[in-house]
Amino acid sequence: MSRISRRFDELKQRQRQALIPFVSAGDPNPEVTVPLLHKMVAAGADILELGVPFSDPMADGPIIQRASERALAQGMSLRRALEMVSEFREQDDETPVVLMGYLNPYEAMGYEAFAKAAGAAGVDGVLTVDLPPEEADEFVEALDGVEIDPIFLIAPTTTPQRVAAICARARGFVYYVSLKGVTGSQMADVDSIATKITEIKTHTSLPVGVGFGIRDGASAARVAAVSDAVVIGSVLVQQLEALEQNPEQIYHKVPTLVAEIRTAMDAN
Amino acid sequence: MKDMNKIDDNKIIGTQPDSRGHFGPYGGIFASETLMAALEELRTAYEHYLQDPAFIAELDDDLRHYVGRPSPLYFAERWSEHLGGARLYLKREDLNHTGAHKINNTVGQALLAKRMGKKRIIAETGAGQHGVATATVAARLGLECVVYMGVEDIQRQAINVYRMKLLGARVVGVTSGSRTLKDALNEAMRDWVTHVDDTFYIIGTVAGPHPYPAMVRDFQAIIGREARAQILEQADRLPDALVACVGGGSNAMGLFYPFLDDTEVAMHGVEGGGEGLETGHHAAPLCKGRVGVLHGNRTYLMENDDGQINATHSISAGLDYPGVGPEHAWLKDSGRASYYAATDDEALHAFHELTRIEGIMPALESSHALAYGAKLAQQMTPDKIIIVNLSGRGDKDIHTVAELEGMTL
Repeated sequence: MSRISRRFDELKQRQRQALIPFVSAGDPNPEVTVPLLHKMVAAGADILELGVPFSDPMADGPIIQRASERALAQGMSLRRALEMVSEFREQDDETPVVLMGYLNPYEAMGYEAFAKAAGAAGVDGVLTVDLPPEEADEFVEALDGVEIDPIFLIAPTTTPQRVAAICARARGFVYYVSLKGVTGSQMADVDSIATKITEIKTHTSLPVGVGFGIRDGASAARVAAVSDAVVIGSVLVQQLEALEQNPEQIYHKVPTLVAEIRTAMDAN
Repeated sequence: MKDMNKIDDNKIIGTQPDSRGHFGPYGGIFASETLMAALEELRTAYEHYLQDPAFIAELDDDLRHYVGRPSPLYFAERWSEHLGGARLYLKREDLNHTGAHKINNTVGQALLAKRMGKKRIIAETGAGQHGVATATVAARLGLECVVYMGVEDIQRQAINVYRMKLLGARVVGVTSGSRTLKDALNEAMRDWVTHVDDTFYIIGTVAGPHPYPAMVRDFQAIIGREARAQILEQADRLPDALVACVGGGSNAMGLFYPFLDDTEVAMHGVEGGGEGLETGHHAAPLCKGRVGVLHGNRTYLMENDDGQINATHSISAGLDYPGVGPEHAWLKDSGRASYYAATDDEALHAFHELTRIEGIMPALESSHALAYGAKLAQQMTPDKIIIVNLSGRGDKDIHTVAELEGMTL
């Protein structure tokens, strides 16, 4: 059983929803990332989403675009992001790590080589924004060989036929993009999210996580009430940007934000 | 004997792409899930209307009376004599309304947008020619129009920015990444994801997720269909070679496509060689790139070892793009077309030469094709025929040229 499935099973027993914070690897600098991941786990994160910086992040709003640019300017790369996962695993062998990014860095490394390196580093899932299931056969095959879950996205515009097809291929969990837009946009209303999740659940027994647009404890709690996991990205990345010159503050403020959201979700 | 007025239908034409947009291993749909339904809606509409006689009649009528087609095929006699080799014919896309081939495609996509009931048009632009051609058709159809343009390009192409504004479009400067065409494309995609219900995204080149590469090619193929009929009429035979510049590759694809099954016709695409292929400062992914995935399709890209997209350099904003249409990638691998690069200096030389010898001022993009066409002509005898696609006129570039020569206008 993968770390992701194990984690969701534990959470189900405790009747808790997963909190999944997102940060870009190497933002605002490479030294910050691994300690920050540990501190977010201590603050209540259940699964970690680690962004692999890309030069052309088409699905991201300005906040995460700038995070990518900062990280790349510091010499970040896919290889270094995987090294960070290895380093994180030295102290934490329980918390699942999901890479979020775009296909081209994996293409450049080669699918087989990437899968091997990611498996060895301790990656549990890979969410690739610009890889719909129709084009994913070869990539999924490579991930299968090292028991990494391909995480697929469903959007508000996804047709019923596609929801069924995506659920049939999905593993780990299904990621529901709550809105029509880029990361960091205004959140959609919870009723529409609940309706789509109900539809998704008729096709799969996998947990459903919701991301894009969730920015505080209150909105996280509302989404947690209708889903299995909540992804928080832009609001954390905004803090990293504001505290770029002050990493000690990052270690205090970002985990505090994670803890606040955790508390709000658990008060449900 | 072969009937040259009939295009053989037993070879390449009509076989690519497959139903999911693949040209061999290239192309495909690598897009956000949010856009998948919109791309499917577009594909369905495009396939339907391409078979609809009323749509085709309206498109033909617009191309004739609004764009000014057919564009002439002009025998550049004095320039050919000057070069002392093959006879050069120029396909005069510079004489179209708005001054470039771009409008062939925007007229077609705008008619599709109207049929699909979309109220809002968005586009990306590099040199500004596609932005102007989009703003033009949006004005004519009374549609809201937003054009994304890198701030670097806004500076280089101030005249086109003002033209778009006069036409009623909103021009949004893009400050992310390298601040050029690729970043404008990213930003247009972000807009589309956000306004996917009421917005039609008019991509200006034969790249992007399926159906764009095939659809834009089909709208641009009027160039090659006309050129083929015109050369048969004027010279009573097919040309020996076709030459066109390649940024994303829409003017080249438009010229090449109707000739694909004429195996005796060689095809040469010319990329932006910038300061020279050996310097790394260029925009020539087919000559020097690697295969990867960007902007919705798999194709040749300019990228580093980590798969990060490199900034490109070309004197011409319209060629300053790190990718290329997937059908070109496939034509390269299959050997049906060959790809070269012309440097900034070579393009500038051709710009001046055509202006002085033929009284035709070409766009800097097209000047790359002219530079290679001239080189090719000199290797061939005067009984040979080359068609060069003169994809746009050079008025928009006179500030760039003047600046390089130390003049202020």
